[in-house]
Amino acid sequence: MLLRSTRQAAKSISAFNATRHFTLSNNNLQQATPIPTNPSIRVHGGLKDSDRIFQNIYNDFDWHVDGAVKRGDWYKTKDFMAKGHDWIIDEIKKSGLRGRGGAGFNSGLKYSFMPKSSPDGRPSYLVINADESEPGTCKDREIMRHEPHKLLEGALLVGFSMRARAAYIFIRGEFYNEALNLQQAIDEAYAKGFFGPNAAGSGYAFDCYLHRGAGAYICGEETALIESLEGKQGKPRLKPPFPANIGLYNCPTTVTNVETVAVVPTILRRGPDWFASFGRKNNSGTKLFCISGHVNNPITVEEEMSIPLRELIDKHCGGVIGGWDNLLGIIPGGSSVPVIPKHVCEDALMDFDDLKAKQTALGTAAVIVMNKQTDIINAIARLSKFYKYESCGQCTPCREGTNWLLNMMDRFVVGRAEIEEIDTIDEVSRMIEGHTICALGDAAAWPVQGLVRHFRQEMVDRIKKFKAENPGKTRRVRMADNYTV
Amino acid sequence: MLSRTIRSVLTKTNKCFVNRTFTNCAPRFSGNALLEHVDTDDNRSELPFDFTPHYWEEANKILAKYPPHGKQSATVPLLDLAQRQCKGYVPIQAMHKIAEICGVPRKQVYENATFYAMFNRTPVGKYHVQVCVTTPCMLRGCDEIMEALEKHLGCKNGETDSEGLFTLGEMECMGACVNAPMVVISDYSNPPNFSYDFYEDLTVESAIEVLEKIRRGQKPTVGPQNGRPNSLGPQGRTSLFFDKGSEVQKPYCRDINAQPENKEQKK
Repeated sequence: MLLRSTRQAAKSISAFNATRHFTLSNNNLQQATPIPTNPSIRVHGGLKDSDRIFQNIYNDFDWHVDGAVKRGDWYKTKDFMAKGHDWIIDEIKKSGLRGRGGAGFNSGLKYSFMPKSSPDGRPSYLVINADESEPGTCKDREIMRHEPHKLLEGALLVGFSMRARAAYIFIRGEFYNEALNLQQAIDEAYAKGFFGPNAAGSGYAFDCYLHRGAGAYICGEETALIESLEGKQGKPRLKPPFPANIGLYNCPTTVTNVETVAVVPTILRRGPDWFASFGRKNNSGTKLFCISGHVNNPITVEEEMSIPLRELIDKHCGGVIGGWDNLLGIIPGGSSVPVIPKHVCEDALMDFDDLKAKQTALGTAAVIVMNKQTDIINAIARLSKFYKYESCGQCTPCREGTNWLLNMMDRFVVGRAEIEEIDTIDEVSRMIEGHTICALGDAAAWPVQGLVRHFRQEMVDRIKKFKAENPGKTRRVRMADNYTV
Repeated sequence: MLSRTIRSVLTKTNKCFVNRTFTNCAPRFSGNALLEHVDTDDNRSELPFDFTPHYWEEANKILAKYPPHGKQSATVPLLDLAQRQCKGYVPIQAMHKIAEICGVPRKQVYENATFYAMFNRTPVGKYHVQVCVTTPCMLRGCDEIMEALEKHLGCKNGETDSEGLFTLGEMECMGACVNAPMVVISDYSNPPNFSYDFYEDLTVESAIEVLEKIRRGQKPTVGPQNGRPNSLGPQGRTSLFFDKGSEVQKPYCRDINAQPENKEQKK
C-alpha cells in the first residue's frame, strides 16, 4: 500500500510539473495574443428582468404569503399535482436542472431514485439542505428571508413528486432571523391550507417542518445532515446504503439544496423548455451568483448559466478593485474549489463543464475575487484553518491531514519552510483526497492544490525572502513537526 | 523519502499524544473551553433544572415536529433553548434534563453540546460578539476589526471584558460573504427575549459604534452598516429594475395540458 502511495505521489508530482510548464507557457501566450472569439458561438449572460425567477431577492416587495401570491407563487399548484407524481419528475428532467448545492447532479434523475411504493409502510421524506456554510456562499439566505414561499411551494411539489409525506428544512443555526422568516412563512402556508391533510386543495397530505442546526459546516453533507437531524453528531455515514433507501429515521429520504427546490415551481409554470433555453447544453437554467471579495460592488445576483466570468464581474460587480489587470485570482465556486489565476479567468464560463475543464468547479457559484494586494498564501491558509476546525474527526486522513495542512500553510505564510516542502504539501493533500467518507477531505485538499498549481512562484519567493531576511535562523523543519506544532 | 517521512511521523505520534493539547487533537469542539466538564457553583449535575413555562411552550412546539420514534431529533433545538434560558451557556444539569425529555442517553447530549459550534459550556457576557474570520471576510478586513475590538473591549479573543458585558469570539463563515466583513451579536441580556443579529459591511469605526450603541442601551440597525439594503451592491442595483417587467408581477402559468399535443403535432 505504501508502495502504491509512493508511486501515486511520484506520478502526481510529475503530472504537476507538466501542468506548471504548461501554465507558464500558456501565460506568455495569453499576454501576447488576444483571446480568439467566434461570432457564431452564442455568448451567454444578459438575462432579462422578466426571466429572473427570484424577483424579490432584494426585498423590494412583501415576502409574506399575500405578496408572494400576488407575484405568482402558489398559482395552479393543485393543477400540477393533479398531473401526477411522475409528470413533475419528467418535467424537471426535461428542464435539465442540475443540483445547485455543488455537486451538480441531475435533479430529476435524483428524485426518480425514490421508491414508488412502500411495501413495508415506511414513509418517505424530503429533506431540504439549508445549511449553507460554504465560505463565499450566501444565495440560499436571500431565498429564505425574501422568497420563502418559492421554497415552500417547491417543497410541496418536489415532496409530492417523490411521494414524501413530509419535508424537513434543515437551516443552519446561525441563520436565526432567516429561520424566523421561514417559520412565519410556514405558518402562513398552513393557515392558507397549502400544507396539511389537504395540501393546496389536492387531497394529498403533506407537512413541512423547520429544523435549526447549531453551527457545523459538515452538516451540509447529506448523510451528516440526516445524522444531525436525528439528534446526533453530524458525522457522515458510509454509503451505501444511500439515503434514497435508508435515510432519515431509516426511511427513504432525498436531501436537496434550497435553490434547486425553489426554482421547481417556476420551471413547471413556465415550462422546461424555457428553463433549458438558458445556458449551454447540459448546464441549463439561471443561477444565483454571489460575488464577494475584492470587487467594487459585491452583490448576490441571478444570471444565466454559462455567463463569462469576466462579464459577471464587470457587469454586476463594478469590476475588480484596481481594475481587471489588478486581478490575482478567483475562487469561482465557494472555498472548496481550486483557485484559478487571472489568465484562466479571462475566458472562463460560469458553468459546471467549463470550470471542470479548467481544473476547478462551479460548486455553489460563490465567486471570491482576490486582487494583487491579497496575500494569496494567507487566504488559502485561512481556508485550511476553516477545514481544520470543521473536520468532524471521523476519518483519520481528514482529521489529521487538515491539521497537517494548516500547520504547513502557517509556515508558508511567513516563509519558514524549504522549497521542497511545496511538493510535500501537494503530496499530503493528495493523501487526504479520496480517502475519506465524505467530500470534506477533498474540499480541504483542493484549495491547497490550486495554490500549488498556480501560485508556486509566490510560495518560492516568500521562502527565499524569509531565508534572506533571517540568515542562520532557519532550521530544517522535520516532517514530524508539521504534525505537532 | 516518503517511507522515511511516515516512519518519522509514526515514531513521533506516540510522543505527541502526551504533548498535544485539546485544541490540536479535537478538530471540532465548540467555544474556547476545555472539552471536559469542570464542576462550578452553577454548573453541577446535582443542581435541579427545568425549563420555564415560556421555554416549555417553545419546547413543546419543537417536540411536535418529529414523529414519536424520532424524539431524539429535538436534542439540538432544546440545547439551544437551554442556552437562551441560562443566558448564554448550557450547564450540565440542563443537558441531563434534555436527555430525559428526549429519551436519549446523557452521552448523546454531551456529544452534541461539544460538537456544535453554537453551544457554549462556560458562561459568556450579556452580549456574545463573534467576528467572522474566514477568507471572504478576511479579504475585506476582518483582522483589523478583530484587532480594534480587542483593543476597544480590553480583552482578547475568547475572553469577556471587565464589566461582563461583552464576550469576544471568532466564528467560521457565517454565510453573509457578500456583506463582508461582519460580526454577529447574540443578546442574552434580557431573557426570554433573544436576538442573534448580523451586523454587516463593517469598518473599524462602525464596528465600535455598534458596540457602543449596545452599551448605551440603544438598538443599532441590524444588517449592513453602510446604508446598502440587504445584498444589493453598494453601487446600486444591476438587475431587477422593474421598469418594463411588470407582466411578471402577475401570476402566470403556461397551459400545462396543451403541452403533449404540441409535441405530437411537431412529430
